[in-house]
Amino acid sequence: MTQMLSPDMTMTETVAEKTKIEVKNLNFYYGQSKALKDISLSLPERSVTAFIGPSGCGKSTLLRVFNRIYELYPKQTAEGQVLLDGKNILDRSQDLNLLRTKIGMVFQKPTPFPMSIYENIAFGVRLYENLGKSEMDGRVEQALKRAALWSEVKDKLNASGLSLSGGQQQRLCIARTVAVKPEVILLDEPASALDPLSTAKIEELIDELQADYTIVIVTHNMQQAARVSRQTAFMYLGELVEFDRTEKIFTSPREKRTQDYITGRFG
Amino acid sequence: MGEHTVASFDEDLEQISKLIRDMADLAGSMVGGATKALLNSDNVLAQRVVFDDAIMDARQRELDDRAITLIAKRQPMAHDLRHVVGAIRMAGDLERIGDLAKNIAKRVSAVGLSVTPRDLSRSIDAMAQLVLIQVQGVIEEYAAGDAAALAKLRAADERIDVKYTSVFRELLTYMMEDPRNITACTHLLFCAKNLERIGDHVTNIAENAYYVLTGEQLPVNRPKQDETTMSAPVT
Repeated sequence: MTQMLSPDMTMTETVAEKTKIEVKNLNFYYGQSKALKDISLSLPERSVTAFIGPSGCGKSTLLRVFNRIYELYPKQTAEGQVLLDGKNILDRSQDLNLLRTKIGMVFQKPTPFPMSIYENIAFGVRLYENLGKSEMDGRVEQALKRAALWSEVKDKLNASGLSLSGGQQQRLCIARTVAVKPEVILLDEPASALDPLSTAKIEELIDELQADYTIVIVTHNMQQAARVSRQTAFMYLGELVEFDRTEKIFTSPREKRTQDYITGRFG
Repeated sequence: MGEHTVASFDEDLEQISKLIRDMADLAGSMVGGATKALLNSDNVLAQRVVFDDAIMDARQRELDDRAITLIAKRQPMAHDLRHVVGAIRMAGDLERIGDLAKNIAKRVSAVGLSVTPRDLSRSIDAMAQLVLIQVQGVIEEYAAGDAAALAKLRAADERIDVKYTSVFRELLTYMMEDPRNITACTHLLFCAKNLERIGDHVTNIAENAYYVLTGEQLPVNRPKQDETTMSAPVT
């Protein structure tokens, strides 16, 4: 597939949108095994894009390419281009620390550090910025408010992050990501370990955050993809099968494989 | 379309399809019965049609319940979602067809046999036959998955409109000829209008069915040939 896939926005959007991330002919290998096959797509700025597909289809792999977190592991290689604002992040000259401040990531299982709620957020900020006490207090408060967690934790900022509920821990992780002022937020199954109420809070949060950030979410929950995203990519066996407006994907997808997957007729 | 991994999902969808087929069969028999009763002044048959409408209403309620439950339980997507939402809408149109057939049946005793001239009977019968073919055809084509046939069927409604216009004019002449015909002819005019409206509901069903099958909407504009609105108030 050499043609660039971009969701057709003509139905809902008339204004030309800026592309935030552009993937061009991306291949990815775990050792000898090819996990992504010639992926090309472009993600518009300040909107939510969902990646869906069965386990092993490559959706999480694609997400992990965006901040080059795969490089933490041996024998994982990416070929092709991933342009962030037109600049190839796969280039050797790319500063990885800088890249990861621009592109934050939240994982499936909440991963709070074993430290206070306050420090969970301040820790990351200190790596990149030198803020005074009151500035840091302000940044922590702002991040917690952004993650809709402030009212629940403002009186116990010194309590351990691990003392929070699963849903709160996940929002703490989102606050931690937001605190370093990223441009893109990658969410890898952010609500799959949460109860419905916590899930709703995360989804509400995603809805608010898209005004300021470009968000990419990997989810197994199709209703969630349908609810939170504006465009959806369906992947299968390392290929990008279909990428279109979310309404289109979930009401009348073009490809039979997409139809079979989202209607529960697969395999 | 292959089968769902969860087999009971297929059963739920099939039950909804079956209800639509049952309602369409009933609608066809009501329209046929009502016109036959009208043309033969058959009050017993007319009564049956009135009774059938209660069954039609009950079927629609059952379909609504099943469709709502399916949406809540299964969260259908893509074709499945269109199938369920389409069924709810088609059931609404079929229920209205039942109402209109009942309305024709209720006019049977008011019209009476003696005043219906033979030529007029033939015109209304011909119109009813066209409508009946449409009512019976639409769900058959849908069940067969033939989107092209549905588009054609929708276009064929034009013939009913043309026929209605001619029946309308014909009735006017009978009324002008002899004012004693006015009561019966007015009832017949409503009957003809009901048949024309049944045709419109069939086009709605065809449009819905086309959308369910293809995911695309048929173009909005369809040629209109009902010219009676030029000379009479819109009812």
